Amino acid sequence: MGGYAEMKIIFFILSMFYYCTCIAKTIPVGSSRKYKTITAGIEASVAGDTVLVDAGNYKEKNLVIKKSIVLKGINYPVLDGEKKYEIISVKADAVVIDGFRIVHSGISSLQDLSGIKVYDSRDAVIKNNILENTFFGIYIQNGLNCTIENNRLTASSTEEQQSGNGIHCWKSDSLRIINNKITGHRDGIYFEFVKNSIIWRNTSAQNIRYGLHFMFSNNDMYVSNIFTNNGSGVSVMFSNKIRMFSNYFEENWGDASHGILLKEISDGDMEGNYFAKNTSAIYMEGANRIFMKHNTFENNGWALKIQASCMEVVLERNNFIGNTFDVGTNGSLVLNKFKNNYWDKYEGYDLNKDKIGDIPYRPVSMYSMIVEKYPPAMILFRSFITSLLDKTEKILPSLTPENLKDNAPLMKKAF
Amino acid sequence: MKKIFKYVVTDILRNKIVLIYTVFLLAASLSVFGLEDNSSKGLLSLLNIILIIVPLVNIIFSSIYIYNSAEFIELLVSQPLKRKSIWLSLFTGLAASLSLAFFIGAGIPVLIFQPNTIGFTMIAVGILLSIIFVAIAMLATVNARDKAKGIGAAIMIWLYFSLLFDGFVLFLLFQFADYPMEKPMIAISAFNPIDLSRILILLQLDVSAMMGYTGAVFKDFFGTFTGIAFSIISLLLWIVLPVWYAAHKFNTKDL
Repeated sequence: MGGYAEMKIIFFILSMFYYCTCIAKTIPVGSSRKYKTITAGIEASVAGDTVLVDAGNYKEKNLVIKKSIVLKGINYPVLDGEKKYEIISVKADAVVIDGFRIVHSGISSLQDLSGIKVYDSRDAVIKNNILENTFFGIYIQNGLNCTIENNRLTASSTEEQQSGNGIHCWKSDSLRIINNKITGHRDGIYFEFVKNSIIWRNTSAQNIRYGLHFMFSNNDMYVSNIFTNNGSGVSVMFSNKIRMFSNYFEENWGDASHGILLKEISDGDMEGNYFAKNTSAIYMEGANRIFMKHNTFENNGWALKIQASCMEVVLERNNFIGNTFDVGTNGSLVLNKFKNNYWDKYEGYDLNKDKIGDIPYRPVSMYSMIVEKYPPAMILFRSFITSLLDKTEKILPSLTPENLKDNAPLMKKAF
Repeated sequence: MKKIFKYVVTDILRNKIVLIYTVFLLAASLSVFGLEDNSSKGLLSLLNIILIIVPLVNIIFSSIYIYNSAEFIELLVSQPLKRKSIWLSLFTGLAASLSLAFFIGAGIPVLIFQPNTIGFTMIAVGILLSIIFVAIAMLATVNARDKAKGIGAAIMIWLYFSLLFDGFVLFLLFQFADYPMEKPMIAISAFNPIDLSRILILLQLDVSAMMGYTGAVFKDFFGTFTGIAFSIISLLLWIVLPVWYAAHKFNTKDL
């Protein structure tokens, strides 16, 4: 009979397995369903279940998810925070939030109330949501291997204090932020202490401060994003080994506004980016070992403002077209290298027809130095006397840095 | 008055110099647009032509024309005609024909290659500058009976507006570098029609650089309705005041 007892135990264990793997059930929530509220639906669920929410308007105060479940909306059910609450708080691993319209979170600088906030969890997936007028949009705090994909975030605040960041990531690792559209927030995407992450195909436009804001985040990469018309453009600070490929930086206008601000950045790699119509496309301060290739600078006020504190920045095969000033700087020390770039203002010649100009090009014009020192002098730009001064300076450099030059400028566009 | 105007216009349009001026403008503008691979760079070269060549040709041609028609003017004065209407029809004849020359020479290529706000601003500014420098030439000639003196004065005026004035402004800027000079600069610019025209074009051409702090001050002023009204009124005053003063002078002048 002992065998029978054993059989019983084995059967019990097997049934446990069956329970865990196959009874991942779907719990429908809606006004005509068994569970009227999402809170009740989540309560009835266990790890691995899917809570499927019908379209409708749900005021659930703060939804806290402490189980590894999938929360899926059909036709964008509305979750309303009534301007008081954080709408969804994720406190478990592997939670999926898919297809909701999340509106009106509370505003509190003390608690950083968000539309969706992930606390100390891994493998969260937040996709296909629409967030409107949330304080912080999607907030990842101490997350690992999370994905934020295909979300639309819109806020309409006009003051920095009354507005949080669109996608805010803090102290996280291996995040994927893909194809989101963010407008009207304080910073579109904000990274602080985030490692090994990728930002891909996002559009960040008309945000109050920065389109993208990087602080103390190493080994990250951003590719094919569009940053347009943000208060101060994009800012990457105090980070190492950032790779930036094929991004668009457009129409970031204002004196303190830059296409991209690089401050205390080391070992960066910028390739194939496109800068158009910015007051200054790139502003570099204390940047070291940045390699820039195949970038296009078109119709900017200043294509490049490179402060004397930068070291070993290499610019190779970039196109400079139609910029008011190509390069501006603040000192005579030059520890950077310009090579084989195309400058549309180059007036040299190419006798041996190797498509490389025979005389060096000096991208810093005298007038850009004057404007740097006396900004109101901009009003005299393009007058007869200033072009005369520029021509004299080209022949006998006295004010512009002697070593800031491209020794082998291209005669035709680099690509 | 209509008859004199008609006579002056046909006389000038038959003049070989005006024909050459038109052809030169046409050749220059077509070549700058044709040679440069992006047409905004062509616009930049054309800007220099508008700001330097147009005032020079207009002021010198007008002063020489008036000195050459001294006998014709004397003849007209002996007729029962008002002196003022003689003088004004001379001015309108000169201004109309030289503006027409500018429009054919530079305006049409601009309309073909750059039919946008920058292009239209450029044409408007070029025509206004043409008229302004005819007016200034009338003022220079009415004051000096001697031909050499009058033409010399015209050249000096041109040199002053296109070069010396800006040098003086640059000097002022360096001297008062510690003070906020943005607003005084706007006022100062009104004293030079070439500067004012240049700024109007600059605000369109270098809009990105002008969005910096200082530029924003200019942009905020010249970009608004008041600013545009201010610049257009200033430019019109540069026509009205010299013509009015010269006409007044001519009225009492002993010929």
